[in-house]
Amino acid sequence: MSADVSESAPAPAAPATRRKRRGVRRGDGLWPWAFVLPLLAGVLVFYIWPILQTAFYSFTTWGVFGGFKWSGLDNYSRLFTDPQLYRSLLNTLIYTAVVLLGVPIAAWLASLLNTPGLRFAQFYRVLFFLPYVAMPAAVALVWRMIFNGDYGILNWALSRIGITGPSWVNTPGFALAAVAVVGLWSSLGFSMIVLGAGLKNIPTELYEAAELDGASRFRQFRSITLPQLAPSVFFVIVVTTIASFQLFDLLYALLGNHNAVLPKTMSLVYYFYDAGFVQNDKGFAAAIAMVIFVLIGLVTLVQFRLQRRWTGNA
Amino acid sequence: MASFPRRALAAVAGTVAAAATLAACSSTGASTASDSDTPYSPPDASVSANLTYAVWDQTQVKAINANLAEFNKKYPNIKVNVDVTPYANYFTKLQTEASSDSLPDLFWMNGPNFQLYASNGKIEPVTGEVKAGAIDPKNYPQSLDQLYTLDGVQYGVPKDFDTIGVWVNKALFAEAGVPIPSKDWTWADLQSTATQISQKLSSKGVYGISAGMDGQTTYYNTIFQSGGSVISPDGKTSAYDDPKTQKGIQFWTDLVKSKAMPTMKQLTDTTGDQWFVSGKSAMYQGGSWARSEVAAAPIAKDVMVLPVPKGDQQATVIHGLSNVVATNSANKQAAQALQVFLASKEAQQQQGDLGAVIPAYNGTQDAFAKSMPGVDLQLFLDEVSNAKPLPVSKNTAAWNTLETNLLPDAFDGTKPVDAVLKDLTSQMNADLAKE
Repeated sequence: MSADVSESAPAPAAPATRRKRRGVRRGDGLWPWAFVLPLLAGVLVFYIWPILQTAFYSFTTWGVFGGFKWSGLDNYSRLFTDPQLYRSLLNTLIYTAVVLLGVPIAAWLASLLNTPGLRFAQFYRVLFFLPYVAMPAAVALVWRMIFNGDYGILNWALSRIGITGPSWVNTPGFALAAVAVVGLWSSLGFSMIVLGAGLKNIPTELYEAAELDGASRFRQFRSITLPQLAPSVFFVIVVTTIASFQLFDLLYALLGNHNAVLPKTMSLVYYFYDAGFVQNDKGFAAAIAMVIFVLIGLVTLVQFRLQRRWTGNA
Repeated sequence: MASFPRRALAAVAGTVAAAATLAACSSTGASTASDSDTPYSPPDASVSANLTYAVWDQTQVKAINANLAEFNKKYPNIKVNVDVTPYANYFTKLQTEASSDSLPDLFWMNGPNFQLYASNGKIEPVTGEVKAGAIDPKNYPQSLDQLYTLDGVQYGVPKDFDTIGVWVNKALFAEAGVPIPSKDWTWADLQSTATQISQKLSSKGVYGISAGMDGQTTYYNTIFQSGGSVISPDGKTSAYDDPKTQKGIQFWTDLVKSKAMPTMKQLTDTTGDQWFVSGKSAMYQGGSWARSEVAAAPIAKDVMVLPVPKGDQQATVIHGLSNVVATNSANKQAAQALQVFLASKEAQQQQGDLGAVIPAYNGTQDAFAKSMPGVDLQLFLDEVSNAKPLPVSKNTAAWNTLETNLLPDAFDGTKPVDAVLKDLTSQMNADLAKE
């Protein structure tokens, strides 16, 4: 996987070869297009078209069962003065920040698993990856029990050291923290596998050479591991950020939709769901969807810009 | 890129699907309700059609199939495909189908969603069938007929119903040494009984009473019992600012305050029915539908049931489902024939004998009353005489969310009841104004 990311690594030579490759050669014709057409059609129909439609409907007021009325910027002006939007945005950002804390943890765990001669390495790898494979609804169900204020194992453990724990999933503040911790926990496995593969790809010769030159462990980490791993780290951060911005299933399943702290805890996507499918306010929901779309686009763009400086790749 | 991460991909797909769902809702305006004055005439026995019948409860499919087998004796060429969607997704799906005029021919409808579909001309009135004498609304509890009537037009006949009662764990009463109240008990009896049990069994973490803390099973009942109401009769304004309504809410605040029942947070973590079936609460105010859950619990042998206690007056909430026909069904006549059959005494009797539901047809409910030996389930049926229909409006879901979000602060005493209700009234009125 990291190999894919670092494919763009041999940067200096790229422009020349690309220009050559792009030139139409004999026999190219329409065939390549024919091969990508099915995929392209899918992307157009299921990705691009809904986005355009949603953008259009965000400027309309929409009856419960269809029948829209052009309402210009009404939805947006309503949205940007809506405190719930900012609260949901803040919640989403906090959640994303906490889940991103999992990246260094994953890197650390991956390097532990990469220790030469580690016994049962496969077993540990499976163990850490399992949460990622489990269905979010099932994960949430189990964590709900762990977080139970009266009978949860977490509060039982806390009571052993003299702390009375709260009802985690329905106390404002704690509820978001609880969701974020589960989000972090369930993203660890994926990040670890990616970072682990990245670590494995670093040629051991580099370390041997550094060793000969008398470089310290820390120096080796700073000058070899970190830059070599950067493409993988970048990939993990981008993907985790996008996934975190779309927080919905975990929140929905962990808090339940009959939870009084929801307004204080809901994410942007939950707000979209609430507006579109609970309040039947679909034009307004389309505007929320557009805000989410633009935000994720912006954040990803910024990350790609940073990547240039950060990984040294263009 | 071989493996774009599954979760992110699923999330992207989810968002896109949601957007696509939004987009799929076509721009066709609400079609007007078809002429309700045309009397229904039963189709010829040889008519052939393929019908889809959408429902949400898998446990009732057995009884439905038995019904359909009988139906096919009359109409051998009408094929009915039963489409089960879990309740959590049922109305999201139905709404999408309604938007693109692809509703199932016949489907289950509940009170909170009924007006939305009726007022947008998505479902067919039963006026024609009633005029033709194929359906007689008098055969069903009147409060339920009322639930499926909008602006004087009836759109569905009830298929089953449920009322609310108090499930009692006799063993915990005995352990606490508290006598079991009589059937004509009052609010004060419930308050004092529950408090005593909580006090005597507190070392074991047992509470006197637990409840679902949703409108239908708990506070709507007490609101009606104190003479209040949830929404004005015309469905246009909230009645939460009525002092009588406030009294019905206050009842639960007092119970929580006296530690007779767990707090709202505890009840969100572990639901009222779970407290009861695991032997951690001596009483549970809940619906007749709790029967199957209670009967399967380890405490089943110690269970009995009481009517909801009396406040200023006796009252319980009644709700039931109905079968409705889509206005745009391609096989409307066949669908109506099925609707008529499912509303018949014969079909309802079969439902009652086979399922856990109380059939709506008067006089077919005996099987339910006897379905739990030693427990007097008859009182759920007797309560029909005091029953008030579940309060609904055109977009019930919107203000139901407000209740769920705002009322817990009142029940837990975090905020004064009157302040919460004032807030709820104004927000609910804003929502109702949009209808």
